[in-house]
Amino acid sequence: MTDWAGRMAGDAPPRALPLLAALLAALLVLPAIVDSYVLSIAILVLYFAYVGQAWNIMMGFAGQLSLGHSLYVGLGAYASAVLFVHHGVAPWIGAFAAIGAAIAAAAIIGALAFRFGIAGVYFALLTIAFAEFTRIGFDHFPWIGGSGGLFLPVARHGESEFWMLRGPPVMFYYVILSMAAMAFAMCRLLMVGRIGYYWRALREDEDAARALGIDIFRYKMLAILISSAMTAPAGVFFAFYYNTLFPEQIFSMLRSIELILGPIIGGLGTLFGPILGAFVLTVLAEVLNEVLAALGWEIPGARQVFYGLCLLVVVMYLPEGIWPALARRLGLERRR
Amino acid sequence: MLSVSQLDFDYAGVRALSGVSIEVGSGEIVAIVGANGAGKTSLIRAIAGMLVPRAGCVHWHGQDITGWPSHRVCELGIGQVAEGRQIFPSLTVEENLRIGAMIARARTQESAHLTRVFAMFPRLAERRRQVAGTLSGGEQQMLAIGRCLMGAPELILFDEPSLGLSPALVQEVFATIQSLNREGITIVLVEQNVAQSLRLAHRAYVLETGQIAMAGTGAALLADDRVRQAYLAL
Repeated sequence: MTDWAGRMAGDAPPRALPLLAALLAALLVLPAIVDSYVLSIAILVLYFAYVGQAWNIMMGFAGQLSLGHSLYVGLGAYASAVLFVHHGVAPWIGAFAAIGAAIAAAAIIGALAFRFGIAGVYFALLTIAFAEFTRIGFDHFPWIGGSGGLFLPVARHGESEFWMLRGPPVMFYYVILSMAAMAFAMCRLLMVGRIGYYWRALREDEDAARALGIDIFRYKMLAILISSAMTAPAGVFFAFYYNTLFPEQIFSMLRSIELILGPIIGGLGTLFGPILGAFVLTVLAEVLNEVLAALGWEIPGARQVFYGLCLLVVVMYLPEGIWPALARRLGLERRR
Repeated sequence: MLSVSQLDFDYAGVRALSGVSIEVGSGEIVAIVGANGAGKTSLIRAIAGMLVPRAGCVHWHGQDITGWPSHRVCELGIGQVAEGRQIFPSLTVEENLRIGAMIARARTQESAHLTRVFAMFPRLAERRRQVAGTLSGGEQQMLAIGRCLMGAPELILFDEPSLGLSPALVQEVFATIQSLNREGITIVLVEQNVAQSLRLAHRAYVLETGQIAMAGTGAALLADDRVRQAYLAL
């Protein structure tokens, strides 16, 4: 444990740890001080921070652009929800099935793409294709509800609420907060480990990495497997938080795009980027909605336009994302 | 030590190498010279496991390693300094070097190799925390060589190390290659810079449109009329 802690702290800037502790403390007490509306937004922010972190492993760390991560969210959601609805299996157990399903899909995509040298845009297209045909397949699969959707019973009597993930938003808040914290810690460990070096080499210059003796296929596979395994629990959370699943929604291309915006705007390949990006996008979009509502303007699609503008501004003025620039301001640059 | 025999390779349907055979003895500097497009890089990449030849074989210390992937070839002690240096621009100098020592054969000796590389290239030690993309061309070439050394190679394949460098830096790179050789590292040097390579090399091969046109000692080839006319413009 101390070894782990040592590696985690490692080269972190001295001011980072107290700041991180303060952030965590603030997040822990948040439900006690805010109303249910703010809490629902906080849950959304943490959800996007979590999936953003998972996606960032592929794109930010290993340089593999996946535009079909909704596939792993959807498989995770359906695997756990189906086990719960049809067999009464608790989501904590169902999560293993969810991870298994996501890993299986990722293994197929990875093996196909990386064995046959499908890279860049073509790889991204392949990930979209898999998400799309899974969506269409699920639409025509009546046992899991088909296009009519799958609904989770809201309360089950005589069973522990937490064990079945049936409970108030506060419970979901702490679940997603723990998930986001664990994802952060896991990414930190991966980043400072040997695998993190390999991924960065691969991201920077694949040919050079190969020339230095890095087994490209293996490390790309590890990236997609780890990333998909981390994404699946987000699906479990989604299923039990929203209680309704439609293939049309959960596997949609829009979901895949939505979850990658946070890390891109926050800072690709950074640990805080996905968190900051999720915060900026979700909170500002909510504020925008509130402002528009207060003005009495109902503009459909305002949120998407806002996402587009955010992306545009970041790409033009902060191509590295917001976090690297902010970190410099705060004196939180890497010590190395 | 290294023996390549009857290697064929097609690049996009065009024959890049045709029946190429070369021998490299332990402790030698062997130059492979030729014009652009003669197949030099294909030959290097076939040895290094970066591409799979259509026919022919590569033997290393008597073992058939034809078609082995590059990560296995590196573990044997065959390192390469690729054309265009291929450093990782957004990683620091030290991180670049450390990645070079991540293969199993070098991993345990990482710090020792790092010390050695820094002793050899003091400029890299000064700039160890600097992002590699900010180095000058010459420094990047030193970094590429240093990174290769981190993998503790027995043999280094150099692909056009003088490319894009000023004459003074070219001298420095060639001097570095020579001193590596004196430390016992076998060198295969692929170059368009024919005169200098032949002067440095113990033996050399002239590659023309994918075939070995001439072979001999560096000095003999330097004195050869055909070489002088075709490559040295004398």
